[in-house]
Amino acid sequence: MRVTFTANGKPVEADDVWEGESLLYVLRERVGLPGSKNACEQGECGSCTVYLDGVPVCSCLVAAGQVQDREVRTVEGLSEENGELGLVQQAFIDAGAVQCGFCTPGLLVQTDALLERDAQPSDNDIREALSGNLCRCTGYEKIMDAVRLASARKCSGKAVTE
Amino acid sequence: MSARTIQGQKNLQNINQASKDGIGGSPLRPDGNLKVKGEFAYSSDMWHEDMLWGMALRSPHPRANILSVDISEALKVPGVYAVLTHEDIPGAKYYGLEIKDQPALAIDKIRYHGEAIALVAADHPETARRAVKKIVVEYEVLTPIVTEEQCLDPQTHGYVHEPHEYKSHAYGNICHEQKLVSGLGVTDEVRALADVIVSGDYEVGMQDQAFLGPESGLAVPAEDGGIDLYIATQWLHVDREQMAPVLDLPEEKVRLTLAGVGGAFGGREDISMQIHACLLAQHTGKPVKIVYARDESFYGHVHRHPARMHYEHGATRDGKLVFADCRIVLDGGAYASASPAVVGNAASLGHGPYVIPNVKMHAIALYSNNPSCGAMRGFGAVQAAFGYESQMDKLAVELGMDPVELRQLNAMSEGDFMPTGQQIDSPAPVADLLRRAKEMPLPPPLDTEHLDVRQLPGALSNTSHGEGIVRGVGYSVGIKNVGFSEGFDDYSTARVRLEVIGGEPVAMVHTAMAEVGQGGVTVHAQIARTELGVEQVTIHPANTEVGSAGSTSASRQTYMTGGAVKLAAEAVRRELIEKGRRRYGWAHKDITLAGGKVVSESAGVLVSMVDVLGDEAIDLTREHHHRPTQAFDKETGQGFGHVQYTFCANRAVVDVDVELGLVKVVELTAVQDVGKALNPLSVVGQIQGGCTQALGLAVMEEIIVRDGKVRNASFTDYLIPTILDTPPIPVEILELPDPNAPYGLRGVGEAPTVSATPSIVAAIRNATGLALTRIPVRPEHLTTEQPG
Amino acid sequence: MEFLRPATWDEALAAKAEYPTALPISGGTDVMVEMNFDVHRPSAILDLNRITELTEWSNDGSVVKLGASVPYTRIIDELSGPLPGLALAAHTVGSPQIRNRGGVGGNLGGASPAGDAHPALLAAGRDVFVEAASVRGTRMIPIDEFYLGVKRNSLAADELIRAVHIPVADGPQQFSKIGTRNAMVIAVCAFGFALHPKNGTVGTGIGSAAPTPRRAVEAEEYLQGVLAERGLWESGDLLGAEVIQRFGELVKAAASPIDDVRGTADYRRHSLAVMARRTLTWCWTDYSKQIRSAA
Repeated sequence: MRVTFTANGKPVEADDVWEGESLLYVLRERVGLPGSKNACEQGECGSCTVYLDGVPVCSCLVAAGQVQDREVRTVEGLSEENGELGLVQQAFIDAGAVQCGFCTPGLLVQTDALLERDAQPSDNDIREALSGNLCRCTGYEKIMDAVRLASARKCSGKAVTE
Repeated sequence: MSARTIQGQKNLQNINQASKDGIGGSPLRPDGNLKVKGEFAYSSDMWHEDMLWGMALRSPHPRANILSVDISEALKVPGVYAVLTHEDIPGAKYYGLEIKDQPALAIDKIRYHGEAIALVAADHPETARRAVKKIVVEYEVLTPIVTEEQCLDPQTHGYVHEPHEYKSHAYGNICHEQKLVSGLGVTDEVRALADVIVSGDYEVGMQDQAFLGPESGLAVPAEDGGIDLYIATQWLHVDREQMAPVLDLPEEKVRLTLAGVGGAFGGREDISMQIHACLLAQHTGKPVKIVYARDESFYGHVHRHPARMHYEHGATRDGKLVFADCRIVLDGGAYASASPAVVGNAASLGHGPYVIPNVKMHAIALYSNNPSCGAMRGFGAVQAAFGYESQMDKLAVELGMDPVELRQLNAMSEGDFMPTGQQIDSPAPVADLLRRAKEMPLPPPLDTEHLDVRQLPGALSNTSHGEGIVRGVGYSVGIKNVGFSEGFDDYSTARVRLEVIGGEPVAMVHTAMAEVGQGGVTVHAQIARTELGVEQVTIHPANTEVGSAGSTSASRQTYMTGGAVKLAAEAVRRELIEKGRRRYGWAHKDITLAGGKVVSESAGVLVSMVDVLGDEAIDLTREHHHRPTQAFDKETGQGFGHVQYTFCANRAVVDVDVELGLVKVVELTAVQDVGKALNPLSVVGQIQGGCTQALGLAVMEEIIVRDGKVRNASFTDYLIPTILDTPPIPVEILELPDPNAPYGLRGVGEAPTVSATPSIVAAIRNATGLALTRIPVRPEHLTTEQPG
Repeated sequence: MEFLRPATWDEALAAKAEYPTALPISGGTDVMVEMNFDVHRPSAILDLNRITELTEWSNDGSVVKLGASVPYTRIIDELSGPLPGLALAAHTVGSPQIRNRGGVGGNLGGASPAGDAHPALLAAGRDVFVEAASVRGTRMIPIDEFYLGVKRNSLAADELIRAVHIPVADGPQQFSKIGTRNAMVIAVCAFGFALHPKNGTVGTGIGSAAPTPRRAVEAEEYLQGVLAERGLWESGDLLGAEVIQRFGELVKAAASPIDDVRGTADYRRHSLAVMARRTLTWCWTDYSKQIRSAA
C-alpha cells in the first residue's frame, strides 16, 4: 500500500508498504529518516519516540497505515531551520549525556515534549517523564543534568554555556 | 595525592593543560552533534541500493540431533534470493574467540536454544520471516545437560562436545579450569590458625549486556571477490581473523569498517551476524543487511556467566584474614567464547582486594546446553566480588566489627602481593577509597511528611505510602584487572598524520579502535592536541586499513590505544622538531610544540609549525605494547598475570519495602582511583554507567533459563534499570598515577560494575536482616527468606 | 494482509462483519508488538484511529462513558476525579509514550490477565459495562461476564468495543501493582479496591493472579458484612487490625496464581494480601476523614 504523511514539515510518500510495517520501519528504511532508533520494537525502550500529531509515541508501535495524512516529527526535526542544534540537543552534548547515543534520539523528543509542557520540571517529574526511555550507558545522571540544563536555559531565554 | 569530586555539571575545570581541550580537559564528543541530530550512522542504519535482508532460522531446542533440513519450500517464496545451511559454507566451518569450537551454522547437532541452523536472504524482512518459517528441520530432541551436577557427570548425562572434538585442554564437560594455591594453601593446620571461620554458598544469575543497538551490519560484495562489512563490533581485527577462514578469503579481502555502535559491554566481542551476512552476500552477489530483533539479540550474543560459588574465610579474633578457600563454577554454556579468560580472572581476582596469607582457589567453566556465556563488563571479577564481599559482611557480623573497618584492616596496598605472587607495583588505595565512601554525606532520611510515591519502592505502582519501608546502608570494594592477561600481547596500533590544512596545522588520528560510546574518540583527539600542540584534530573512521587496536574491553582502550596514539604523536612531534633542526639549525634542548608553534621553553616561540611542515605531511604509525605478562601456572596459579589493577569502592543506600520485597536504591556512591582522568566528564559517565549495570544485576537483571530454554528474551521480561530505578550517583575520583601506564592512567570502565553490586545487596541485608546469597535479589527472596 | 481504514463507526462495524478475523488496532501498543515479533499474522488489520468518537468521553454525573481509545494519559489528566481507581491504574501502564497511545479498549480486547485496567474496572462495581457493537446491534456486557479465559473475552467475532460505562466514584478508590522494576513493568500482580458507600458495597479486582482478572467475592462480602453490621459506613470508625487482616487473607484466597518468569505463585498470594490490606486502609482512612469532616 501507499502511505503519505508529513515528516518534519515536509510531505513524504512511501510505496509498496507492507500492511504490517511500523511507522518506525517506514521512517528508517523508506523515507530516509533513520534517526529514530530500533532498539526493542516492543515499546519498552523509547528509542523510537517521535511526535505523532504533537504527541510523543513509540513509532515502533504505530502501524504505518495509521499515519496516513498525519504529522510526524522526529529527532531530525528538532534542529533549528538553519541546521543549528536545538536547545535540548545542545544541552545533551554539553552535559555529557551522550555516550553510545542510541537512546539519545528518543530521549531528545521526550525531553522536548516534557519541557514544552513544563519548562521547570522537578527531578521527580523528569524521572517520571523519562521513565519509558532506557539508557544502558550513562546511568542517567548526565541525562538528568542535561534536562536540568535545558530547563535552565529555556527559562533564562538564552543559551548559556558553562 | 589529589582527589576531586566531580559531579554533574559543576566541575568541568581544566587541569593545567596547554590546550583546554587536551588531556585532563573535558572537550565535547566529536560525534556528539551527529548523534543528537539523528545523523550518526549506526550499523542498523546502513543502507545500500538493492540490498537484501538476511535472517537466521534458530533452534527451539537446547539439545538435539538434526536429522534433516529441508529448504525447498523456503526457496520457493517469491522475493527469496538464497537459503543457506552449513553445507554452503565455502571455508572452515568453525570459529571462536579463543577456541574454534562453534560452527557458523549448526552441523548435525544443536547445543543451545537459539543456535542458528540456516540463513535466508530476501527482499524484505517480512519475506525473510515467511521463508524462515518454511524451512523444515527434523530434530531428535535430547535431554539438555544444564546443571553443574549433570555437566560434571558426563558418563550419565553425556557430552556437550564429544571429547574427540575438543580443541583445547578441556575434559569432561569442563571447558577451562584454573587452580591457585598461595601461602600454605588451606590445610587443617591453616584452619587451626583462625579464631573465626565463616562460609557461604553464593549464586549469580545470567546477566545480559542489553546494549540498545541491536546486532546489525551490512555486507557488500566487492569486485575483487572480497567483501566489505560495515559492522558494530568491539574488535574489528579479531572479527576478521575469525571470518576470513569461514568465507575462504585471505584476510586482506575481508575489509571491515566500524559502523556506529549502540553500546557493547562485552556482548560484541564475539561474532554474531558478521559471518552470516557475508555468506549471504557472497552467495547472492548482493549487499545484505542483517538487523537482529530484540528477541534474536538475546539468542545471538553471549551473556555474563552465571556462577555458583563456595567461599570459606578464616580470621583472627581481631579481624585479620588468615585464609580463603574458594570454589567458583561458571556456566560457560554451549561454546567457549571468552570462558578461559573469565576463569583466569575469577581465579586470580576472586579473593578480592585483600591481603590473605593463605589462599586456595579452584575456578572452572562448564560446557553445557545453556546459552553461551562470554564477555561482559568486569567478567570473572563481578561474580567473585559478590562472593567475597558477602563473606566480608558475614565475617564482620561474626566478629562484631564494623564492615568497613574489617575491609580496611585487610585492604591491600602498593607493595603487597596478590595470591598469584604478583606484587602490586602501583598505588592501590583500597582502604582510602572505603574511607572516602564512608565519609561522603548520607542522603537525608525519607521525608514521610511530604511523600512522593515516585521516590518510594514501587514508585507509580502505588504499593506503599510509607508502610513497610526500611532504610539500609551497605559498603563494598572491588578489584579488576586492566587489559588482557596471562601472557597475551594485546597491542594497539595508531597512525597520526600532521599536515597543514587551510593554513592551520591539523592532526588526523587513525586507529581501528571500536568507539562503542565510551568516548575513546574524544580522548584520542585530546592526546593529539596535548602531544602536538594543535587545536584541530580529526578522527579517521576506524577500519582494518590500519593495524589492530585490540578490543574495546577489559577497561583497556585509553591505556592501550590511547597509549598508541601518544606514541605515534610523540614520533610525529620528534620528526617535526628534527625537520626544524635540520632546516633552522636550532641547538635548544628544550623544544616542544604548543599553540601551533614550535617553542623553546628558554627562547620562546621559534617558528610556526605551518612553516616547518610546508606542504608535506608527517604520517607515522606506532604500536603500543604493554609490559609482558605471564600465564598462570595451571596448578598453583602463580605468575605475573595482569597488566594493571583497578579499584572502586561503593556505598549504597536503599529503601526496602520489607513486606512486599520491593527495593528503591536511594543513592549509590562511587569512589575510584583512575590514575589520571584524561577526560573527567567521560570518566564520571563511565563510573555512573558501570554502577547502574551493577544495580541491575543486584535487583532485577537475569536471563531466566529453564531446562536450557531462555524464558525471557525480550525487554518486557528482561528488565534493565529505568531512570526511576537509578538513584543519584555521586562520584569521587582519585588520581594516583601508575608509573607504568601512559599519563599514569588506570582503566576505568569495569571497576564500578565489579564493586557496586555487593554494596546494594549489603544495604538490602542491612535493611532486612536476610542472608541474600543469590543475585539478582527478587521480591520473593525478601518476603520468603528467613533472617540470616 | 489487508489494511482497513474505516472513517466512521458504521464503516468499522461493516468492515468487522466482512472480515471477522480482522485485528482491530487503535493505540497499537499490544497489536504492533505481536506484528513486530511475528506472533501472528491476521488476515487484515482494522485501524480505528480515524473514528474520533472512540477517543471521547462523557459524564452524566452518575456514569462515565469512556471511549475505547481514550488514551491513558487523558484518563489520568481528565478523569482522576470521577474514576480515581482507573486513573491510578492508568498511571502504571507501560511508559508515558505507551500511555499516550493505549486505551482501555485495547486492554479489554486483549483480555490479558495482566492488563492494568482490569482490576480497577472490576473494583468500580458490578455496574461496569463494556459496550460492544456489531452490524447486528449493540449490547452492554457486564464486566463480570466479560473475561472468559487467558486472553479470551466474550466479544463475538464481528463485534468491536465502543466504550466502557463506569459508575462515577462515590467513595475512595485505590490501585496497587507489583513490578520488579520501579517503572515500565508488566504486573507481577495487581489489586484494585473501591468503597461504594451509596449502595453499601465494596469492589475488588485482582490482576495477574488467575487465568482472568477476577473479583475477590468472599472478601467483598465479608467486608460489606462487617461494615453494615458495625454501622461503620455511618460512623467511619476504625476497622481494626483483625478486619483488615481477614480481608487480606480472603483476597489472597481468591487468587489462583501460577509460577512464571515474573514471579512465583506464593509471592503473588503474599503480595495480594499486603496490597489488599494497604489499599483498604488508605481508602478507609480517606472515607473516615470525609465522614468526620461532614459531621
